Amino acid sequence: MTTLADPHKESFKLSMLLNDTRYRSLTFQFIALVAIIAAMAFIGGNLVRNLAEAGLNISYDFLGAQAGYDINQRLISYDSQDTHGRAAIVGLLNTLIVAFLGCITATVIGVVAGVLRLSPNWLVRKIMSFYVEIFRNVPVLIWILIIFSIMINATPAPRAFRGDNATASMWFFDSVAVTNRGVYLPKPIWGTGSMLVVGVFIASIIGIFLFRRYARKQLFDHGKMVPTLWPTIGLFFVPAILAQLVMGSPISLDYPELKGFNFTGGAQIRGSLIALWFALAIYTGAFIAENVRAGILAISKGQTEAAGALGLRPGRIMNLVVLPQALRIIIPPLISQYLNITKNSSLAIAVGYMDLTGTLGGITLLQTGRAIEAVLLLMMFYLIISLSISFIMNIYNNSMKLKER
Amino acid sequence: MKKSVFLGALTVAGIIAGGASAATLDEVKARGKLNCGVTTGVPGFAEPDASGVWQGFDVAVCRAVAAAVLGDGNAVEFVPTTGKTRFTALASGEIDLLARNTTWTFSRDVDLKFEFTGVNYYDGQGFMVPTELGVASAKDLDGATVCIQTGTTTELNLADFFRSNNISYEPVPIETGAEAVQQYIAGACDVYTTDASALAAQRANFEDPSAHVLLPEIVSKEPLGPLVRHGDNEWADIARWTLNALITAEELGVTSVNLEELSAGTENPEVNRLLGTEGELGSMLGLDAGWAKAALGVAGNYGEIFEKNIGAATPIGLARGLNAQWTDGGLIYSPPFR
Amino acid sequence: MSDSTSNVAFVRTEQIPPSAPPMAASGPVKWVKDNLFSGVFNTILTLVAFYVVARFAVFVFPWFYNGVWDAASRKECLEILDGVNGACFAVLVDRWDHLVFGFKYPPEGYWRIILSVVLLLVAAAPALFSSLPRKLLFFTAFYPFLAFWLVWGGSLWLPLTILGLIIATLLIFRLISSEISVDVRKLVAGAIGVICGAGLAYLLFIGAQELVFIANSVGTEGLVSTVAYGVFWIMAIFAYVFCIPMGIFVGYAIFNSFEDGGLVSIVASLLFAYLAFSFLLAPIWMALNAVAPIELPAVASRDMGGFMLNMLLGTICVSLSIPLGILLALGRQSPMPLIKGVCVVFIEFIRGVPLITLLFVANVMLAYFLPPESNFDLILRVIIMITLFSAAYIAEVIRGGLAALPKGQYEAADSLGLDYAQATRLIILPQALKISIPGIVNVAVGLFKDTTLVSIISMFDLVGMIRGPIQNSTEWTSVYWEVYGFGALLFFVVCYSISQYSQWLERQLNTSHH
Repeated sequence: MTTLADPHKESFKLSMLLNDTRYRSLTFQFIALVAIIAAMAFIGGNLVRNLAEAGLNISYDFLGAQAGYDINQRLISYDSQDTHGRAAIVGLLNTLIVAFLGCITATVIGVVAGVLRLSPNWLVRKIMSFYVEIFRNVPVLIWILIIFSIMINATPAPRAFRGDNATASMWFFDSVAVTNRGVYLPKPIWGTGSMLVVGVFIASIIGIFLFRRYARKQLFDHGKMVPTLWPTIGLFFVPAILAQLVMGSPISLDYPELKGFNFTGGAQIRGSLIALWFALAIYTGAFIAENVRAGILAISKGQTEAAGALGLRPGRIMNLVVLPQALRIIIPPLISQYLNITKNSSLAIAVGYMDLTGTLGGITLLQTGRAIEAVLLLMMFYLIISLSISFIMNIYNNSMKLKER
Repeated sequence: MKKSVFLGALTVAGIIAGGASAATLDEVKARGKLNCGVTTGVPGFAEPDASGVWQGFDVAVCRAVAAAVLGDGNAVEFVPTTGKTRFTALASGEIDLLARNTTWTFSRDVDLKFEFTGVNYYDGQGFMVPTELGVASAKDLDGATVCIQTGTTTELNLADFFRSNNISYEPVPIETGAEAVQQYIAGACDVYTTDASALAAQRANFEDPSAHVLLPEIVSKEPLGPLVRHGDNEWADIARWTLNALITAEELGVTSVNLEELSAGTENPEVNRLLGTEGELGSMLGLDAGWAKAALGVAGNYGEIFEKNIGAATPIGLARGLNAQWTDGGLIYSPPFR
Repeated sequence: MSDSTSNVAFVRTEQIPPSAPPMAASGPVKWVKDNLFSGVFNTILTLVAFYVVARFAVFVFPWFYNGVWDAASRKECLEILDGVNGACFAVLVDRWDHLVFGFKYPPEGYWRIILSVVLLLVAAAPALFSSLPRKLLFFTAFYPFLAFWLVWGGSLWLPLTILGLIIATLLIFRLISSEISVDVRKLVAGAIGVICGAGLAYLLFIGAQELVFIANSVGTEGLVSTVAYGVFWIMAIFAYVFCIPMGIFVGYAIFNSFEDGGLVSIVASLLFAYLAFSFLLAPIWMALNAVAPIELPAVASRDMGGFMLNMLLGTICVSLSIPLGILLALGRQSPMPLIKGVCVVFIEFIRGVPLITLLFVANVMLAYFLPPESNFDLILRVIIMITLFSAAYIAEVIRGGLAALPKGQYEAADSLGLDYAQATRLIILPQALKISIPGIVNVAVGLFKDTTLVSIISMFDLVGMIRGPIQNSTEWTSVYWEVYGFGALLFFVVCYSISQYSQWLERQLNTSHH
């Protein structure tokens, strides 16, 4: 034992830093560290010099300064007297809204189109391939511009609703107006006691879930089919409507009405939001459709056949056998599509939707001239959003993964 | 292999793009071209025509400066900029002169470290509405949807105007003039607001210009002028006095028609100083004696440039108004050449 | 027995010819029944789909059919159409050059662009189709230089000299690494070690001074500044302390490699390349050009525009980002935590922000990060940022390819005694890249589409040309569908062909795995 040369006894030589694999990686990393520091010195030095030459400095004070511009769509109260910082938050919320709506809609469109691409119906299959190919192969910016133009020109202006010979009319008993400024919907007004109605409604939704779980348990444990459709519908509507009637209609609706230049009252979903939302959803939907199709095709045909042999109907085969398995394959690319929607929502600038890029990276940047600070903040915000989305979706993905035992 | 393309491109870039340093004049001369920042397209002010040649009122300023410095009005590299990119382009030295409908404001002059070299167009923010709405004053616009072209001081003026009159509005910010017009024509907004000159220019392109009116209110002062970087006073002087030369020439009756004749020498000493037959004005600027003559030789004096690009005879059809010579009751006034 | 049966009159001796299937079970009728009306649900779907298609066709077809191709302005179009639903394709005719080549590229040079696109197809072919002769790859390697000359013009000698210097660099690498004897190499290694060591120590010393300068200009006002001040000082001290040891060490490392010649030949050839490109390039190509001028009119990069700019950005950025992406992917797989960390942070950062913010960086920030005297023009800054952007995505694709390789491949390489560089170059990358090609092609298509974003930072690419000069011009205001449709069509043709290729390739790769 002792006769074997002990490597530790070997005296340390400089050449070991290069030739000995134990130390070589340390050497490389040390050199990399020096290189990083040198790069920092280079970039930082240039920045400081260039700023000094232009007589500028780095300061985030502008975030506290008065913004001076208005934003049409705002989730939190904001007017032109508020600060640039608050304007950035308003923009951030608008980004989140359009990203959230876009993700949900794109998923729905994508799943439907992906399933229909495998439909036995030739015409439907071809239309869906056409949709997928045409949207996947044309830049999203062009789609946003085209859809925005369609939206502006194909829907009537509010002034078309005016007068005796109005060329446009509202839908659903004068409660919904579709105009090229957006869609106006009735808005609920929360009177006294409305919380109770809402409470009843939430309780009935919980009831629906419990009931369905019970039905499932009955099915799995005792093989008894408990009808779920009608009880669900009943539970959904009846208690809330009863509460509304009993309490003397605490929730009333505020209908949009054409007054002056615009529809007033009701809730407005702005045209820019709709155009961007729709464009992002339909564009990304095409990609999701491909992912869904690939996921479904990856499930071996034996699964479908086995399910068919058990006597399941095609719809149930899709819902109960194929899709749950395909989901595991679909989710990872779906995460990156969600990230793409969020990132592509920064093209809002092309349709005048005031998202983060429009406020912080747009008007604020222009008015204050603080380009470096604004762009850095902008990137930081997007980075945080992206990392949060991938964090949440990865948790979901892990929970969906095949549990190997 | 691919790396070499990069290196090659780098070399090319090094050839065509000069650096940002104090002596802009020397650089422009060495480069043989003036890099001039313009808009991406505003009819009458700066737009490339069908054959790709930049035309317009702001473009003429660029050409005049190029002619004064380099003796050739075509020795200009036009760099299209957006509202967002224009200041960085100037600050970083990518362009030598910015002639892009830029409003002279305190913060731009002082905080952003630029030097405005004069005013070539006195503008103001106006409103355009369809005639059928029957609106007579901007104060009747309570609740209206207003299309704004972003990237200017417009948003701020608008917010101030509506707030001070205590009326509500819905702003719709649009990036390009063309898209703002699209929305306005389709009725997606009731009002379109931007600089009054641009409103007039865009209305001229409508299918039925008479169906739209400009409201009488002008809610802001928008003195538009060329600007350069802070700190290089020699270069700023050249830009400033080239513009002044165009203005003075109109005042003194020097036109592209009689330029040759007058530059042979006249009775009027100021004309002689302007055209370099008397005095040393050119060399004081570090230019040839005939610098102003060259500048005037491109497209004539201020009045001629105005009439050719945006005047009453053009589709834009702007009246001189505030932009008449001071002798005609306008604000265009040049310090004396002396 | 057999006789008796054959003579029976009522037994057939020949087969009945197969009769045509019933009308309902064959031909178009059956096809329609199976494919369009095979159930209630399907029938409804078919009817709905048919209705949608019909509505669409009824609206769009006359628009196409009535299209006006010859007019000078939109007003003229409307006069010709006289109230009929029809397109105004005249804008495409009138502004064709602008849409395709941009409005600044000299019209007499359009053939140069067309020729380089055609040659691009030729150059890309051997890389895309493995059945073509490998010798064609020489043309692929030569293509960038040729295309550079064709597109940007100037003297042909410039790219040729660059090519020559690159070949010279490679020759020097070979010379030092394998041609010369160990004794000579020892001398060379000593000399280069001293030069590089001294140079590095000097650079680090300057860097340290720079860091002190930064620290002092950051100052100590406020918490953030104080922390930054401290960090910069620590880095500065680090650089000061290590500038001489690092110089000595790196110099020694170069000298130490004289036996196998790896490091010294790399460093020597890099040093040669640096010197050659700094001092030899300009005199050589200018001299050559003076002797035998082969020139095309030079075109500045700023004058590129239209769809050509999209093509240019797409091709250059994708080809530059593939090597960068490979390095990043290898770095991310590296066992060294610092290198891995840097790669992970870079990749995740780039993938976490929208391209448009990176373009803002190119537009408004990058100029501040570069030395004052090196003023890159906008297109070059944009190329840098888009390249970094796509490199991060390509790195992720290649990482997928690396991860998909069986562990046995790595172990086999180790057991053959190959070192990291050899194993990566000879065993890992060829297989990983082959798996990654479809993914890389997808990234390339996505990137090509994303080049339209440069329109937002005032570059006149196809979309920028439409939204800027064309829609703002007096003649063509309010022209939307025709120009956007044309833009969509151009992109569709290119992207669809590439994605069809990618699908073909995936099928090829699938069969090869059987």
